[in-house]
Amino acid sequence: MSDIIALTGVGRTFPSDPPVPALAHVDLLVRAGDYLSVVGPSGSGKSTLLNILGLLDLPDTGTYELEGVETTRLGDSGRTAIRGARIGFVFQSFHLLPHRDVTENVMLGDLYTGGARSTRRDRAVAALERVGMGHRTGFRPTHLSGGERQRVAIARALLGEPALLLCDEPTGNLDSTNTAAILELFDDLRRGGTTLVVITHDDAVSRRAERQVRIADGRLSER
Amino acid sequence: MRSHLDLRDLGGEVLAGIAVRPARTVLTVLGTVLGIGALVTTLGVATTAGNQIAGRFDAVTATEVTVDIPEPITPGSPPVVAWGSLDDLIRLNGVEAAAAYVTTVAGQEPNVRANAVRDPERVLDRVLPVVGATADLPAAVRASVAGGRFFDAGHIERRDRVAVLGAQAAEQLGLTRVDNQPAVFIDDKPFTVVGILGPVGQPDQQALAGSVIVPWTAGADAVKLGPARTVVVATALGAASLIAQQAPVALSPNDPAAVRVNAPPDPAVRTGVADDISGLLLILGLVSLVVGGLGIANVTLVTVMERTAEIGLRRALGARRRHIAAQFLLESAVIGLLGGIIGASGGVIAVVLVSVGRDWTPVLSLWPVLAAPAAGAFVGLVAGLYPALRSARMQPVEALRGPG
Repeated sequence: MSDIIALTGVGRTFPSDPPVPALAHVDLLVRAGDYLSVVGPSGSGKSTLLNILGLLDLPDTGTYELEGVETTRLGDSGRTAIRGARIGFVFQSFHLLPHRDVTENVMLGDLYTGGARSTRRDRAVAALERVGMGHRTGFRPTHLSGGERQRVAIARALLGEPALLLCDEPTGNLDSTNTAAILELFDDLRRGGTTLVVITHDDAVSRRAERQVRIADGRLSER
Repeated sequence: MRSHLDLRDLGGEVLAGIAVRPARTVLTVLGTVLGIGALVTTLGVATTAGNQIAGRFDAVTATEVTVDIPEPITPGSPPVVAWGSLDDLIRLNGVEAAAAYVTTVAGQEPNVRANAVRDPERVLDRVLPVVGATADLPAAVRASVAGGRFFDAGHIERRDRVAVLGAQAAEQLGLTRVDNQPAVFIDDKPFTVVGILGPVGQPDQQALAGSVIVPWTAGADAVKLGPARTVVVATALGAASLIAQQAPVALSPNDPAAVRVNAPPDPAVRTGVADDISGLLLILGLVSLVVGGLGIANVTLVTVMERTAEIGLRRALGARRRHIAAQFLLESAVIGLLGGIIGASGGVIAVVLVSVGRDWTPVLSLWPVLAAPAAGAFVGLVAGLYPALRSARMQPVEALRGPG
């Protein structure tokens, strides 16, 4: 299987007095179809790693190849294009637009990446059915439970058929029942061939992944 | 690989963004509505009022030029304005009709006696001014011929003893009809009455109504009328001031300064008055437009701050900086456009209402009405520049942590 992610010697230090090293010499290889979890306490560098993996932030040192493309030398618009087309984000706080219905929220998924306009609504409904939300298409997010909202967010992330689903504390705002349902969905997606990277502080969530990486003080260690 | 955004999708996002908070949108639009509305109303009322003033001026005086000609210094010298020079005046562009005449000197009017042929017993003696004129006099003084006809160039050439009576003169002489070819005797010389003049339109030529008008050639023969002393010109609308400049040269090429021209006031002076009135209101409209623009800028900036997380999300979904900037820029431009359209409509209604209230004809040029929406959109666009710049500068990582 080909590499989706190849991090080599990645470091990120935030300028302050004294400078805070958030990541140091991180090497990480993620292959297509992997289900990887990154677990660590707050302040361990999880968020920094996620931002770098999601092309939302640049490392100070090292290289990051995404599907064979060296991204650290790209400009803002180049990284934006890859981010939009190849990475699907799932956030702890869902980030749904409250005034748009569920389908319209999912349709945002490939608004900027050139998804065919004429089929966008149908594809959004199909994505919603894939995450078990086909019965809620006309609802406003505010009328949904937390678990349902996260499913809608996952459908949005899947719309553009990304190479990588990057999840930042996806169950952080959910109760145990909803958490279990979302983890079930991740298992389904994994079986369907989606590459998943889940970043969490919850060991129970982390243990569901096939590969588990622990992060502490900016350093990775694989179990 | 590049991110791009279909224009239709951008439009959809813009409209959705505006529709999210209808109450806020209405309040934001209000400033531009007032500004544009004030401007359109001001311009409309100014043109309407200006047209009202100009209309009154034009109907009365703006088409009349009179030229007063002095007496020759010595009785034997050639006339300042020869009768024939009237032909040069008529050729000027803008002249609709021109006529010259001479009136008997006040206090030396001849006796005029009417003798109706059918009733020789009835004889009326009057002292009336006699006017020797050219044939175009009715057209030049905007008078109609109430009965019969006016004499023509042939009468003048043949020195025919024919006469046309002013309306009052006819009444004083007891003549009401001309089909029986009545005669008047001017200093006992018989003249055939061929017509009676109707009301005279030019206000300063009313004296003609009380006169006996004869061909200038016959007048010279019978009562020793001299050369022309007055030239009356009826001009096309708007041509009066030009004709007033050219008439002296046409009439008296050797000494244009010898004649005195009475022309209507310059139209520019009149519109100047209207401009003064509307100038202040115009500034008021511009000020409210600027205030409206500031309102849009303010609200858009607040909106950008409130939607920080949405901006972060859109950046995560692949939106480039320019896509974010374009969305907020267009949102404020559309709000400005809405304000322009509503303001222009309100302004038109206001002009009509003012006109109805004052019994005026509403006059509104097309360009302010068409330009108003564009002006509103422009104000919105300018107002959105800074907020759009702020939104584009946001870093996705920080934005995703923001409110909204």
